[in-house]
Amino acid sequence: MEDLRNRSHADVDYRKLAAPIKSAVDKFQLVPEFLKVRGLVKQHLDSFNYFANTEIKKIVRANDKIVSSVDPNLYVRFKDVRIGNPTEALEGIVEDLSPQKCRLTDKTYAAPVLVDVEYTKGSHGGYSLLEKNDVTIARMPIMLRSCCCVLFRKDEDELARLGECPLDPGGYFVIKGTEKVILIQEQLSKNRIIIDTDKKGNINASVTSSTEATKSKTVVVMEKGKMYLQLNQFAKNIPIMIVMKAMGMESDQEVVQMIGRDPRYSALLLQSIEECASLSIFTQQQALEFLEGKLKKLPYANMSTGKEGRAMSILRDVFLANVRVIKNNFRPKCIYVAVMLRRMMEAILNKDAMDDKDYVGNKRLELSGQLISLLFEDLFKTMISEVQKQADNVLSKRSRSSQLDLSMLLVKDIITQGLERALSTGNWDVKRFRMHRKGMTQVLARLSFIGTLGHVTRISPQFEKSRKVSGPRALQPSQWGMLCPCDTPEGEACGLVKNLALMTHVTTDQEEGPLIALCYCLGVEDLELLSGEELHTPNSFLIIFNGLILGKHRRPQRFANTMRKLRRIGRIGEFVSVFVNEKQWCVYIASDGGRVCRPLVIADKGISRIKEHHMKGLLDGARTFDDFLREGLVEYLDVNEENNALIALYEQDATPETTHIEIEPFTILGVCAGLIPFPHHNQSPRNTYQCAMGKQAMGNIAYNQLLRMDTLLYLLVYPQRPLLTTRTIELTGYDKLGAGQNATVAVMSYSGYDIEDAIVMNKSSLDRGFGRCIVMKKYSAVNQKYENGTSDRILRPPRKDDRNKKGENPDWERMQILDNDGIAAPGEIIRPNDVYINKESPIITKGNPKLGGLKDSDYKPSRQTFKGAEGESCVVDRVTLSSDKNYNLSIKFMIRHTRRPEVGDKFSSRHGQKGVCGTIVQQEDFPFSERGICPDLIMNPHGFPSRMTVGKMIELLGGKAGVSCGRFHYGSAFGEPSGHADRVEAISETLVKHGFSYNGKDFLYSGITGCPLQAYIFMGPIYYQKLKHMVLDKMHARGSGPRVMLTRQPTEGRARNGGLRVGEMERDCLIAYGASMLIYERLMLSSDPFEVQVCRACGLLGYYNYKLKTGICSSCKNGDNISTMKLPYACKLLIQELQSMNIVPRLRLADS
Amino acid sequence: MSDFDSEAMADAGVENPKLPPHLELRRTRVLCKADAPTSTDTVQYSGAYASLGVDNSLRFDDFRNNFRVQVNRISHEDMEFDMVGVDPSIANALRRILLAELPTMAIEKVLIANNTSVVQDEVLAHRLGLIPIKVDPRLFDYLSENDTSNEKNTIVFKLHVRCAERGQRLTATSNELTWLPKGSELLKTSESLTSTSKPETYTSFTCSQDSMPEFAGNPISVYPDIIIAKLGFGQEIELEAHAVKGVGKTHAKWSPVATCWYRMLPEVVLTEEIEGKKAELLKQKCPANVFEIEDLADGRKRATVARPRACTLCRECIRDGDDWEKRVSLRRVKDHFIFTIESTGALPPEVLFTEAVKILEDKCERVISDLS
Ligand code: SF4
Repeated sequence: MEDLRNRSHADVDYRKLAAPIKSAVDKFQLVPEFLKVRGLVKQHLDSFNYFANTEIKKIVRANDKIVSSVDPNLYVRFKDVRIGNPTEALEGIVEDLSPQKCRLTDKTYAAPVLVDVEYTKGSHGGYSLLEKNDVTIARMPIMLRSCCCVLFRKDEDELARLGECPLDPGGYFVIKGTEKVILIQEQLSKNRIIIDTDKKGNINASVTSSTEATKSKTVVVMEKGKMYLQLNQFAKNIPIMIVMKAMGMESDQEVVQMIGRDPRYSALLLQSIEECASLSIFTQQQALEFLEGKLKKLPYANMSTGKEGRAMSILRDVFLANVRVIKNNFRPKCIYVAVMLRRMMEAILNKDAMDDKDYVGNKRLELSGQLISLLFEDLFKTMISEVQKQADNVLSKRSRSSQLDLSMLLVKDIITQGLERALSTGNWDVKRFRMHRKGMTQVLARLSFIGTLGHVTRISPQFEKSRKVSGPRALQPSQWGMLCPCDTPEGEACGLVKNLALMTHVTTDQEEGPLIALCYCLGVEDLELLSGEELHTPNSFLIIFNGLILGKHRRPQRFANTMRKLRRIGRIGEFVSVFVNEKQWCVYIASDGGRVCRPLVIADKGISRIKEHHMKGLLDGARTFDDFLREGLVEYLDVNEENNALIALYEQDATPETTHIEIEPFTILGVCAGLIPFPHHNQSPRNTYQCAMGKQAMGNIAYNQLLRMDTLLYLLVYPQRPLLTTRTIELTGYDKLGAGQNATVAVMSYSGYDIEDAIVMNKSSLDRGFGRCIVMKKYSAVNQKYENGTSDRILRPPRKDDRNKKGENPDWERMQILDNDGIAAPGEIIRPNDVYINKESPIITKGNPKLGGLKDSDYKPSRQTFKGAEGESCVVDRVTLSSDKNYNLSIKFMIRHTRRPEVGDKFSSRHGQKGVCGTIVQQEDFPFSERGICPDLIMNPHGFPSRMTVGKMIELLGGKAGVSCGRFHYGSAFGEPSGHADRVEAISETLVKHGFSYNGKDFLYSGITGCPLQAYIFMGPIYYQKLKHMVLDKMHARGSGPRVMLTRQPTEGRARNGGLRVGEMERDCLIAYGASMLIYERLMLSSDPFEVQVCRACGLLGYYNYKLKTGICSSCKNGDNISTMKLPYACKLLIQELQSMNIVPRLRLADS
Repeated sequence: MSDFDSEAMADAGVENPKLPPHLELRRTRVLCKADAPTSTDTVQYSGAYASLGVDNSLRFDDFRNNFRVQVNRISHEDMEFDMVGVDPSIANALRRILLAELPTMAIEKVLIANNTSVVQDEVLAHRLGLIPIKVDPRLFDYLSENDTSNEKNTIVFKLHVRCAERGQRLTATSNELTWLPKGSELLKTSESLTSTSKPETYTSFTCSQDSMPEFAGNPISVYPDIIIAKLGFGQEIELEAHAVKGVGKTHAKWSPVATCWYRMLPEVVLTEEIEGKKAELLKQKCPANVFEIEDLADGRKRATVARPRACTLCRECIRDGDDWEKRVSLRRVKDHFIFTIESTGALPPEVLFTEAVKILEDKCERVISDLS
């Protein structure tokens, strides 16, 4: 107990870790070190850095030449490419950009992409080779905090000077002044064989191939005992044996050998072989002819694909595109198909061999870097072809004598605009892959700091949300430690949208060549040298590298161990995974990007490699997390390799078989779930609810919150740091940018205004500032320039004593808050209908400019007035003047409103227990304790039994102990054994020591009668969040008001000042009750009454002739049988609309 | 029974037959059991025990004989006193009046001339409002709706701070609020510059407040060292704050007390002799050190209740099972209140209490006059 108390002391943290601990080494310090090195959004940054440093060069290298097709001697060659510093060139002046500047002035935070080019110039006579360096070909939006960003590796002071919050994670872009995140995209692995069942229950093996050039999907399916190939290019299923034969595998025996000589496999293949034979296809030639016949007809007849025919080229380039065909050697492809067939047959014989699509190991996360590189490559190619086209155009004319300079044709607009458009709309259109994805980017949520963090770690699903499937939504055991088990939205996207856990890393691509060479060095027998028979000899494992079969190895375990050893000593990349799959007799080696992995401590025979002195070195600053990696104390495991590991949660649980030890168990949760104290004591849905609610809590957004110009900003006036913290809170910086207040809560029933989770609040607490918040809204105005050279103007407002020609001055009152420059002054109180900018626009904005300038009479006022709720007094907080992208003067106003909580405002604790304020009670009516403590709010105890949020109760106890002993208590998830959460026993002991009851229940006196209450009341501090939903923004009522033009019924919705609808169900109630007059009044008189003339003879509607003062029927041409009656206008409309489509509704009137 | 022949019972009146002990216990004590307190209510009805021949009516003489106030601790900020012989409702009424109905002066209106600090105007005004003002509110009138501010109902303070040093932070505390006895110095609008008459300000004082005898040698000030705002280089706050009289019911800033509460006198009774090991155990259990060990003549040790007042009712002594609850009885005396007043500093606590009594008196008189 004593030990525990020392351990969780916040300020002696460092000393405690340095002190010798007898048994387990406290590895917690690795977590902050990890986050220091990698940051909370390291996956985004890494992926963008990879793009900026490596990928972009690769792309340019792959397409490095633009050659004119008219004169092949004219060309441009890109020698090098790099991304410069974020700057902006304005009329020749290069200006440095900072993210904050871009946010304020609606610019894109981008840096030029610079290339060094080599090009030829000249004509038939002679060509000269020229060079040019630092040519800008595009402006690349830069991810904040990436290696290209000005914020990269800046310390707190420098960040402050740049107007940036040091706690801001980065990982997003600033496009036209708005912050955009590219959501992490979840996808099925590329280039891997996946065995699955289709809708009909047939077992199939599918491979989604993806190479630089093509994307294709190959499916081999077992239908009625026979195996077929499904490929987009073929109209029908193709028997697989024909495909084999077409690839030159003419002997059936060889196919059988390749699949394996197990008679069960041969039996399964028999029908397919028979089918092939019955079609009498025996040679490659016959097979190719057969395939040619099955091809889908191309829309345009382009049959000149060369001498080999289309079928062959499809087999080579589309079918299993990831397996390269070198020099028409189809053997690797045949082996690949054989392996696919073998895997399928295994699955048929044994259902366990089926792959799980939802298994995290079969998924890849696409990050911003990859997505941008896709887009960039496409745009780059477009640009190249554009340049080529232009050059050809110019050259073919040949009229101009001047020499063409190809490098002058390099324009940056295509790429710049393409990137900007994609990032701001979120529509990813990549022509090569026919990829059209929507909603890839989102505006960064800036409601609360934690919301921002949660947003950059969010993973958006591959499936559409509407599908009613449970599989992908379920919690996968393989998510452990990689994806947060709590943080997912409720409703349609439940379980599909996920969040990364705290320590997750997402890999980037790694060079394949050296790794392949290494594998061969380590004794992998090359596929080329093996016969079909040898492929599957017992005890030999296939080595599969990034989905590619390299060969086989006779001692797989040894091979895997060597690979791992090499990785641990840093000879190969730390993210290469080696996974021995005993079931499939395969060793999978992966170095591709998008795998999720996490660091673990390596253990030898169950003994952790991290020793006391390592941790001491870490604390003294002598070591970093990377040193741990380099020395092979810690390594990254991806989901697949985790299957080869036996991971102990704690060192003391380790057995001799244990290979790894977790660093800290609470890292399985993400940032949002990390805020919850004692989440492991709560019912799990409650944690999920809190994850959603934490994002709506008001608080501090960032250190630079008052410098930002967000469209909507919610701030808490006195935010606090939670009394009961967790390690995650400290790691993320939530203790510096809190979003809530520690309220003393009494759990008791009071006044009946606390039913259904409502809370009773203490008026004095509210008077003293509890729950006070500031809501800021942005209003903007643009001083527009027009095509005829005129522009808007801002005028000095009329003052009280000013008079116009008629001697009146009606507007001065609405313009009192304006300065002499015609713009509202900061600090002024602004009321509804006040003018905040006294602007005038020219009446004529088109055509030729008027000579001699414009007179006053040529302008019409276009003032902007403030429309707030009546009685709400707001203040002009800030006014900024800047120029927008069209070089117009843009003026932005932040208008601030301070609100104190009122009845109906929403509050929530950190345990998914939301409730509205039910009533506000004077302090003297509130109960008080023997020490004079009076609660800030009262919560009904009925909130507990059905919710089972035991964590909240422990939070209360811990908070109470915290305030009485003066030390922050901890409640990290699963933290009790490691000392990162205080035990209830210890908390109770502290409480008793300070004179409280061990169970947290106090003896309270009623504030109304003065007598003691008849129960001990559970009372103590709980961290409460104020949520953004406030009555003031929602309350709405109307008497009469606007109507819809078409139906003449009242409008709908608060924004349009609409009416409240008496809907179907309400109507049913009134009918059942028999309140006919009320229905009549509601549905007609208060809605859309209308008087019509009905002809009793023909039953059609007539009209009223005001001259004759009678109704006339237009079809009977007389007014003899006209009756006047009342109808809802909507009914009259219906009748007329029916008539317009040749249906005649007739009204038959009868006497009542 | 030896446990309640206390002095409270001694004056119960001669002719009045006593209640049976178990009833008397429930009438005068709150019994704090391990699970919940019982008999928390007071019995008001005069005929409640009529069937036993006991008269439960409240008699003035009894009250006069029993009532007693004893001050335990007093300073200019807080005080604790015992109030014996009243019903909880009376004690509670005084508590409620102290919290909500005793007037003080507090800043209500803030005229901001300049504020370039990070603290928003409304928040600044709110913070200023909560600063206690050291002045006797009895010397002022309420400012009603259509009154003008004058020297009888308004106190004006000025605050003008500016952080002039580069790279420094300046903390503006309540010390910087200076009293303007002559009233507001801010001119209403610029137009009055042209008029020849005295420029119009936001108050209309007929005389300077420091010429009033009560403030002559005793300037009005505020509670010191309360942080108002922190200023960075170049930031400035210039404002005028107008304090008026009000009560805590309207806004907590007018409450004269930080808090004010009472507790009933704890009474800890050992219902059986606790000796030896158990006595040691009992002494150890109590975090408030209520129990003491007494050496008996024959070398035995016995637990005694030494400091019952210190009991915080943590229920540690009766936590371990029923048998301890049988041995130790925790009680509260229903008519003995340990009253604590923590003043905000505007008025000394003893004055607050007497003022509260006056208000209660007024209220009673109003009821009497309304009834008659
Ligand atoms: S209740 Fe607590 S403080 Fe009171 S006597 Fe028992 S142990 Fe001591």
